[in-house]
Amino acid sequence: MTTVTIIDYGMGNLDSLSRAIEQCGGAPLLTTDAATITTATKIILPGVGAFPKAMQNLRDLGLIDAIHEAAKTRPILGICLGMQLLADSSCEIEQTSGLGLIPGNIERLVPQQMERVPHVGWNEVVHDGHDALMSNIPSGVDFYFVHSYRFACANVADAVATTPYCGTTTCIVSRNNVRGVQFHPEKSLPWGFQLLRNFLAM
Amino acid sequence: MLKIRVMPTLLYKDVSLVKGTAFDSQRRVGAALQAIKVYSMRDVDELIFLDIAATPNGHSPAFSDIDDLADSCFMPMTVGGGVRKLEDIRRMLAVGADKVSMNTAAIETPELIRDGAHHFGAQCIVASIDVKRRSDGTAEVYSHCGEQATGRDPVKWAQELEQLGAGEILLTSIERDGTMTGYDVELIRSVSNAVRIPVIASGGAGSYSHMADALRDGQASAVAAAAMFHFTEQTPKAAKQYLAQHGFPTRR
Repeated sequence: MTTVTIIDYGMGNLDSLSRAIEQCGGAPLLTTDAATITTATKIILPGVGAFPKAMQNLRDLGLIDAIHEAAKTRPILGICLGMQLLADSSCEIEQTSGLGLIPGNIERLVPQQMERVPHVGWNEVVHDGHDALMSNIPSGVDFYFVHSYRFACANVADAVATTPYCGTTTCIVSRNNVRGVQFHPEKSLPWGFQLLRNFLAM
Repeated sequence: MLKIRVMPTLLYKDVSLVKGTAFDSQRRVGAALQAIKVYSMRDVDELIFLDIAATPNGHSPAFSDIDDLADSCFMPMTVGGGVRKLEDIRRMLAVGADKVSMNTAAIETPELIRDGAHHFGAQCIVASIDVKRRSDGTAEVYSHCGEQATGRDPVKWAQELEQLGAGEILLTSIERDGTMTGYDVELIRSVSNAVRIPVIASGGAGSYSHMADALRDGQASAVAAAAMFHFTEQTPKAAKQYLAQHGFPTRR
């Protein structure tokens, strides 16, 4: 069984994610330990919360170098805030540096016409089928979103899926071993579980 | 396009689910776990789960019960009842809530909404507003599960909550609750038009057309219903089919 190391830095719905990983045939391993991350085969960086506090927690736990080290050779998946942490920086609350694994910045969603922010609910994920994370997932099926900020990629090629909200919003980023999804696959039956199975297969 | 959401509300009290009328005279409607499993299998958009005994009885949220229930819940879940401090929000999220709803706590300590949004992000802070109309028809906000009048105007209070950092408003009409006679659409519209965060209409749903009223005329982003799903043959799935036929974007 594939072990998935989930980074526990005190932010978010780790239980739901662990349960979803089990349902998808993986073995979740929660950790706050840098050495465990350095040797992990697959890593998920989850997250519900605000960006500055999340980076502070990662720093306080001494995990930032370990995440960078792991990202060189092992698949990493950031979910929601965990995806945003992959960026160079975020403007949420105050300008804060991120992990810098995927070039870009986190900016606030700007609602158009009747739109409201946060973006809460089910929305389409549009992709071209090239990224392995979206294998066997049709373009345009709904996933569950709940967020107020979005990833603005510096390299267009890193943005591999979008959702039609506040214009066109990047919702999957992918660069080498590092991937991030803005929506919550662990709460998006049935396609979210397919996405997690795809990650397990990487 | 963002889909409208149909959200079953589960009211939890002393291990079982209950449903009353106008926040009173509840009857038992079965085990919570069973309900969550059924809704999970049916791809429900999102669940609202409220522990209505916690605040009136002065209890903390029943974290271990919520933990057990969340283990069977593979859909988004908003949880409320008895949240009083930042640590309660953190624990609620840790045991499996995706969003945390606060009502009385927001009235007594509005900083909790601000601090909650600051620590955990606005997107997981749901401000719940319970409203009753006075004899002259004006609306007033109530706390403590509908027991205490606050003198507040729901529109102004919703705007304050948005300013504080709430990410969503769960707006419930106390008089319509459990009656299945339709939402207080005027109340929903007045609040929806006054804020730029999503509003969940709650209290009074008895038919699919009531939901359409709250979404179209009330400008709600989501519709919650309890009695309608507990006591009639109507289902969230059929609700979405009806709403799709009437031009609302729904998740298939």
